[in-house]
Amino acid sequence: MTALSGTSNLTVTSKDVGLRLHDLSVTYRSPGRPLVRAVAGVSLAVAPGQVVGLVGESGCGKSTLGKAAVGLLKPAGGRVTFNGRAVDTLGLRPRPSDQRGLQMVFQDPYASLNPRRRIGEQISDAVVLAGGTRERGRETARELLERVGLAAEFVDRFPHEFSGGQRQRIAIARVLAAEPSCIVADEPIAALDASAQASVANLLLDLARERNVGLLFISHDLSIVRQIADTVAVMYLGTVVESGPTAQVWDDPRHPYSKALISAVPRADGSGELPVDLPGDVPDPAFPPTGCRFHPRCPIATDACEVDEPALVEFLPERRAACSVLAPALTKVG
Amino acid sequence: MTPKVTEMNENPASTPDTSTREKSTPGAEPVLAIRDLVVELPGPDGSPLRAIDGVDLTVGRGEIVGLAGESGSGKTMTALALLGLLPQGGTAAGQMLVEGDDVLKMTPRQVRDLRGNRVAMVFQDPMTSLHPMLSVGKQLTEHLRHHKKLDKRAANARAVELLATVRIPDPERALGRYPHQFSGGMRQRIAIAIALACDPALLLADEPTTALDVTVQAGILRLLDRLRRENGLSVLIITHDLGVMSALADRVSVMYAGRIVESGPRADVLREPRHPYTRGLLDALPHPDGGNAALVPIVGSPPKLGQAPSGCAFHPRCPHAVAGCAEERPNLLALTPTHAGACPIDPLAVTASKVGTP
Ligand SMILES: Nc1ncnc2c1ncn2[C@@H]1O[C@H](COP(=O)(O)OP(=O)(O)OP(=O)(O)O)[C@@H](O)[C@H]1O
Ligand SMILES: Nc1ncnc2c1ncn2[C@@H]1O[C@H](COP(=O)(O)OP(=O)(O)O)[C@@H](O)[C@H]1O
Ligand code: SF4
Ligand code: SF4
Ligand SMILES: [Mg+2]
Ligand SMILES: [Mg+2]
Repeated sequence: MTALSGTSNLTVTSKDVGLRLHDLSVTYRSPGRPLVRAVAGVSLAVAPGQVVGLVGESGCGKSTLGKAAVGLLKPAGGRVTFNGRAVDTLGLRPRPSDQRGLQMVFQDPYASLNPRRRIGEQISDAVVLAGGTRERGRETARELLERVGLAAEFVDRFPHEFSGGQRQRIAIARVLAAEPSCIVADEPIAALDASAQASVANLLLDLARERNVGLLFISHDLSIVRQIADTVAVMYLGTVVESGPTAQVWDDPRHPYSKALISAVPRADGSGELPVDLPGDVPDPAFPPTGCRFHPRCPIATDACEVDEPALVEFLPERRAACSVLAPALTKVG
Repeated sequence: MTPKVTEMNENPASTPDTSTREKSTPGAEPVLAIRDLVVELPGPDGSPLRAIDGVDLTVGRGEIVGLAGESGSGKTMTALALLGLLPQGGTAAGQMLVEGDDVLKMTPRQVRDLRGNRVAMVFQDPMTSLHPMLSVGKQLTEHLRHHKKLDKRAANARAVELLATVRIPDPERALGRYPHQFSGGMRQRIAIAIALACDPALLLADEPTTALDVTVQAGILRLLDRLRRENGLSVLIITHDLGVMSALADRVSVMYAGRIVESGPRADVLREPRHPYTRGLLDALPHPDGGNAALVPIVGSPPKLGQAPSGCAFHPRCPHAVAGCAEERPNLLALTPTHAGACPIDPLAVTASKVGTP
């Protein structure tokens, strides 16, 4: 299955199932600043049952992409489709029924739950919105709480009575009430302890496997993404610089930025080995570097990199990287 | 080929010698020795609840010691007790010796003097220690003039030196800039420079890299390691991230519900954990080299303040618990001369001792 593909060759209809971004760009306007292209031409696809990891440093545009994918932000260019139909930009409006299967989970489970309403009511909202009764909704809430590993009796409790990990499960239960076939999860475990991270990650993975839910898993934690994602896309300053099957990218990263990201992950193996740092920061997307956006930090940059913007090329089946210096050598199996 | 970098990197090849401190005498007394620390915080009805319940911890000179554990286990409270910064109504008992002087016997004035002078702290959010409206230079020099009684020129020169030590590019110009003009990683470097301004004997670093990207985190970890190697800095690093622990700490203590449940050299604790809680924390992590084995979370969540279960506080979550675990509270006992665990019936300890530890 092709997880991530370019904008061309859209022929087979079955490819339209699930979430697809076609050359998406998203811009922010702020007074007195140039237009910020936070997402600058990204294509990717999330098929039902597939887990796609999206990784990159803070400010590279992951959340912006996630919000545009579910219609919370309006694309400045390109398209977002869900099961073949364009995703409407919602603002605060409720989702139209053919898009209710596309849902989002946020990093902060505190912010996404209403502190003053019982969790059962909050979970059952989606059922009521779809035309069900409150009683039916309450039953669904009980079932879903058990599905996410909590007790059905919790329906009458309030969010503050739960830990961060439990709250994230509640937030997921609420999203599940809409019976999604695709979930965009933006750093869903970043605010949690390692043990709670593992259990929420497992829960999301089970949903993908058992309910055939597509999952776009946004995270800056590569080690978790490696564990649960089928394919991964590495983002740098609004663009995807490398993508492919997760195990292959992790074991054999090709783009200098993916390499740097992976060697910066500290391993809890007791070896005392210091991770390798990548000097510099993600540049301000209002003033992106010319040519390859990574050139000011790239250890192998040449003068040409300041001028030529590299294209994301498929160098092996399902594997893509955007580096003009490495491009000629990429096809060689490493 | 013109490789370009915007920030000096921490990789060892480019390390200038910025050592300003004499090397410590080996075998000297530890920089920090905490004995039987008990911290109580006022509960909702005002009655005291135990957040720390008998903690022992030492940090030797030039040593980096890690304090690990899930959120709420009492890591931060341990550090705050040492700085006399417990929340309103909090009390600390036991001994906290900094270079032999008991912080818990000091007057508030003496504690204030200790803070920033002999013991400095950096936090998860560097803005906790940075003033948003003052230039970086002003913050550094005020500190130096106040604590070190340096004149303006000497303070400026030292400030430039400190910024260079933490690898802020163009330190002279950086003095005139404000915190918001720096990225998160640079701000944490500046917070560390301020913490180092008075040559503290001990640096307390509470989750100093938790809010940073891994790429930036790697730079801060390398910085702390270099300061230890070159300047003999002693560090107590608090983190729930065992990867960070593994990269940086010489010794690791694992805390659960206000008690240390395991402590020992980094490699022993992370490779041969003897306490089921430590093992659980490690099993919850993605495996460092390959394998798609599922992550194994610890069931349940840590107890809330004042609600620690009887006996071994970990027993409701422990896969090895037996009936007695709910009754008797295990003490931290030496398994080897350097490695200690607080679980008498730990099956892992049984297998490990068979392998033949001294
Ligand atoms: N509402 C906004 N107005 C203007 N600029 C914005 C806005 N939201 C985000 N940006 C900018 O867009 C860029 C991408 O931001 P985004 O939040 O998508 O990054 P991210 O990859 O999710 O980062 P993080 O890992 O910190 O969550 C950043 O430079 C950010 O400053
Ligand atoms: N300001 C406070 N007032 C009362 N209790 C607190 C306060 N801050 C933390 N606690 C409680 O003290 C215990 C230890 O907390 P802390 O040291 O912050 O844990 P850690 O740093 O390991 O996450 C926890 O039960 C926590 O809920
Ligand atoms: S194109 Fe040049 S700057 Fe960009 S990643 Fe490749 S070598 Fe580095
Ligand atoms: S004492 Fe009992 S409950 Fe506690 S860690 Fe050991 S086996 Fe588990
Ligand atoms: Mg984000
Ligand atoms: Mg803390």
